[in-house]
Amino acid sequence: MAATLEIRNLHASVQGDESLILRGVDLTVKQGEIHALMGPNGSGKSTLANVLMGNPAYEVHDGAVLLDGEDVLDMEPDERSRAGLFLAFQYPVAIPGVTVANFLRHAINARMKAEDPDSKGIPIPKFARMMREKMTQLHIDHAFAGRYLNEGFSGGEKKRAEVLQMAVLEPRIAVLDETDSGLDIDALRIVADGVNSLTGPQMGALVITHYQRMLNYIKPDYVHVMYDGQLVESGGPALALELEEKGYEWIREKHMAQLEV
Amino acid sequence: MAVVRRRSSLPQAPSFTRADVEALGRENQEPAWLRERRLAAWQRYIDTPMPYMEEEWRRTDYRHIRWSEADRLLPANGMTSGVVPGKNLEPLTGEEQGGLLVFVDGKVAQFELSDRLARQGVIFTDLRSAVRDHEDLVKTRLMTRAVTPADGKFAALHAALWNYGVFVYVPRNTVAELPLHVVCYNTAAGAGFGHVLVVLEDNAQATMQVEYASRHSGEQSAYIGATELIVGAASNLRYVSLQDWNRETFEFSHQRGVVDRDAQLDWVNGVMGSRLTKAFIEVDVVGTGANARVSGFFFADRGQFFDLDTQQNHNAPLTNTDLLFKGAARDDARTLWQGMIKSLPEMQRIDGYQVCRNLMLSDAARMDSVPGLEIEADDVACSHAATFGTLEEEPIYYLMSRGITRPQAELMIIEGFFDELLQRVPFERVRQRLMDEIEAKIIG
Repeated sequence: MAATLEIRNLHASVQGDESLILRGVDLTVKQGEIHALMGPNGSGKSTLANVLMGNPAYEVHDGAVLLDGEDVLDMEPDERSRAGLFLAFQYPVAIPGVTVANFLRHAINARMKAEDPDSKGIPIPKFARMMREKMTQLHIDHAFAGRYLNEGFSGGEKKRAEVLQMAVLEPRIAVLDETDSGLDIDALRIVADGVNSLTGPQMGALVITHYQRMLNYIKPDYVHVMYDGQLVESGGPALALELEEKGYEWIREKHMAQLEV
Repeated sequence: MAVVRRRSSLPQAPSFTRADVEALGRENQEPAWLRERRLAAWQRYIDTPMPYMEEEWRRTDYRHIRWSEADRLLPANGMTSGVVPGKNLEPLTGEEQGGLLVFVDGKVAQFELSDRLARQGVIFTDLRSAVRDHEDLVKTRLMTRAVTPADGKFAALHAALWNYGVFVYVPRNTVAELPLHVVCYNTAAGAGFGHVLVVLEDNAQATMQVEYASRHSGEQSAYIGATELIVGAASNLRYVSLQDWNRETFEFSHQRGVVDRDAQLDWVNGVMGSRLTKAFIEVDVVGTGANARVSGFFFADRGQFFDLDTQQNHNAPLTNTDLLFKGAARDDARTLWQGMIKSLPEMQRIDGYQVCRNLMLSDAARMDSVPGLEIEADDVACSHAATFGTLEEEPIYYLMSRGITRPQAELMIIEGFFDELLQRVPFERVRQRLMDEIEAKIIG
């Protein structure tokens, strides 16, 4: 059965702050589907991504997030990951002294140990082989594996590292938070190719982007527009083009008009 | 209202007497020069007040030491090296050691020296035997070139009362390929005065590891030690010291490397055990082109206090020192690093680097770092820094978002913090020991 991520009436704020950023978000993403989430700056897109992954800097006030019917909000971020959720961060943090390879090996082992406490983890030769394959697939220099995670990475390298992690961890539902931001057109193409090679029947994706540009490379099945903490428009790929043409001002005016009615 | 707490009492002194000093010389049938030196050091000790508010000591309160327990000299008790934990006996590299000298409660419990090193003329023996068998070699170097009784109250006390130790001598143009390994292990509480004297003549090479450890005891101990590393011209010494005393031990030690022309000293110093450690760790680069690298690892928890004073003395031009200390503290532990780079006047083209990086793992822990420079030359490249960090939530969240549990994420970040230092340790097994230590300190 296809995995399903259901977001119901989600309300959230920054931890300790009463003013809501998410004000009732409803969205369902199934394995095999690509959803694009667009919206102006400050509309709550990144907050949604972080709330889904369990960033402790945010606080949920109301609503539910279910993965195959299981309450995600009750889980720690590591449990969410092991349940099949993935977030490609907009601003991946540097971890000095921890190599990409060491980090990913621990991530895989954490999955194996969660399933079988006696697991010895992935044998290193097998892991090395798998890493080489994934890096080749994503056109990533193999030396990358030995570098400290995100430390001194260029913007493009950070995004590629996120996609590599996604490739290695094989999530069922992935959230990509502005993975296109800060990329030149070549880097964007490489990252988008990577995402395209991973999406398919085995993975559903929620692709958050500010610009339509990303959607020239990643073809969504659905497009949603977020405004002021709610999804105010949903439609097919044509919606993204309409948005590109009319700009976010169009959404703002339309939404304000709705509020007045 | 702020309460200013002042120290209300001076530190107590141990109860050693001149008779203890005389007894040592008599029992060991020591030569007259050594007995005289011991007594001169004793006099210096008596004439020096217990250190208290001097700059190097004013942040170090050791008045909770119970000398009534800690100043008893350990008696011979027939213990063998069988009591020493296996990890302390593991060779530094490979399966073979060039030499192994194990002291239990200050007595030689095991001694081995490979035929190969012996044939090369390498001397590796306990210091008391060396005084007897290699008197001339020892006499000119024992507490005359590196650590001297004038270095402080505890240096003087050590010079008066040292009662065990190791002597290493590598002759000119000799490469001691197999590593030398010394273990100082105590099974009982009391006072230990261990001494390490390593001498490399010109164009020699050696690798050595010294481990300090002791069995848990309900009573306090004092370790008043000295380490002297004398590295001759164009020589190369790799030296690793790992200190893991029990939590009732107070260490007061003076350690100094003296590095001559074009020579290289690579010194790794790990501080993990003890209740309180006050260590003076110094390198003197005394010949043109001399090079010293000092790497310090410390991790304090539960009531521990590590106070590490490092000094890099550039006494010749064109000398290089590179010091990196990295430490962590958790629970209510305290650490203090005080660093100094000094140069004599007109010592041009020197390059001195000193950095201490601190990772604070609890709000109750306290870490201080005081770097310093006293340079009396102008064509120099000297830099110093101290940094402080805590375990931040953002990287933990990032690792957890990949399925890694919180304890594992924290451990990875802490190990990552130490990685810069571990990369400087030239021995895989020592790196592994330090990693195990980090894990033990975190997971408990």
